[in-house]
Amino acid sequence: MTAFIRTESELNEELAIVDETILAGDGWMKVLEPGQVLRIVDLEGNQAADTLFFDADNRDDHYSAVATIAGQGNIYLTTGSVLRAESGKPLVKIVADTCGRHDTVGGSCSAESNTVRYAHDKLSMHNCRDTFMLQLARHDGGYTKRDLAPNVNFFMNVPVTPDGGLTFADGVSAPGCYVEMAAIARTTVLISNCPQLNNPCNAYNPTPIRVLIWNP
Amino acid sequence: MTKLWSTTIAPGGKWSGVLAKGRLLTFTALQDDANLAVMLFNAHDLTERYNMPDTLKAQYTARLTRGNVLMSDNGRVLASIVEDDLGWHDTICGVTTREGTDAKYGATNYQTVRNDWLRSGYENFAVELVRCGLGVRDLGPVVNLFAKTACNEEGVMIYDTKHCKEGSQVTLRTDMDVLIVLSNTPNPLNPSTVYPTAAVKLDVEIAPAFQPETDYCYRYRGENRRAFENTETYHLLAGK
Repeated sequence: MTAFIRTESELNEELAIVDETILAGDGWMKVLEPGQVLRIVDLEGNQAADTLFFDADNRDDHYSAVATIAGQGNIYLTTGSVLRAESGKPLVKIVADTCGRHDTVGGSCSAESNTVRYAHDKLSMHNCRDTFMLQLARHDGGYTKRDLAPNVNFFMNVPVTPDGGLTFADGVSAPGCYVEMAAIARTTVLISNCPQLNNPCNAYNPTPIRVLIWNP
Repeated sequence: MTKLWSTTIAPGGKWSGVLAKGRLLTFTALQDDANLAVMLFNAHDLTERYNMPDTLKAQYTARLTRGNVLMSDNGRVLASIVEDDLGWHDTICGVTTREGTDAKYGATNYQTVRNDWLRSGYENFAVELVRCGLGVRDLGPVVNLFAKTACNEEGVMIYDTKHCKEGSQVTLRTDMDVLIVLSNTPNPLNPSTVYPTAAVKLDVEIAPAFQPETDYCYRYRGENRRAFENTETYHLLAGK
């Protein structure tokens, strides 16, 4: 595996101010204050945590996969990656990573993309974009579908080859692997713990993730 | 094919407009090293727009060329790439910002240099999106026509400075009524320290009747066929 900067965290779980489990198919939305650190733990391995970020002080400025890629000149996310908004504004920085690969070009599953990728009768299945929209509906922030830009898939392995191929490889994550990011700006985090049952990367078995937050 | 209209998008220029289903849009690079950023929306429902991940995942590719279709976030085909001289168009590197443009090419402003003020992709799109009733929240990945941005095994992105030659062409066919937004601004990864000056010509024609049984893009993969079927259902139900 290349482009992986393995970094373990020194933070103590017992000092976290938030420690929650998000079951597969569930969503989560919370604001990080500058300096706060968010850890996402892949509890059972090879789960995808589909995650979006918004500038909490300007919700129109959402996470941008392309600004993040262009900003660092690299397609993969790992320790040191700065996740940027469309304007180029840095939102969070990855400060620890024990997984090895996090995808930012594969986006999330949706009812409609499932019909395209698998079969028309997959329309009714649970999917990440529905989870995102349910969270947006519950959140009093005026967000709509327009705000759902392409997201990060923490723990997902989507290799891009030098000749422009794109594949879905077996996950490189394992039980207990985690990624940790520090908020640079006030940042709203929106997570869908992926319920995808059509993709062999999680052995057709979506599993829980754990989220922890520490104050600076 | 009936020729309808032509325009030239100058370096730094922008354009937006509605194009009906069944139009052929031929883009021609008038100099080497062109880059034209393109965004697409459903003209009748602007919340439906080009979705880079859905497009790439469904077609197992990180680059765009003939045969590929540009899918919306609703699983439909907004447009298809029906002809292509280049074999690679970028959709993962986005557009330039004001800060990036000033840092790379030197700060400019209108007060000093008038129309030689260098434009950024973010600002061009911001203007056109607001013009069309949208806003910067609607920004997302664009298709950068004419640009090749590959990555090596380490994930390092490499911009191919020799990729696009003067006269290179790519042709999109609209498969829905679309709002298209164009910005002729540099690819963010273009290493040139001089602002690129390639104009791009756009010729619009009426496309031949769509024939699914022989259409290269429709037959390219099962995923493409299902996306076209979703589009057909949409048009059937909407009476279009």
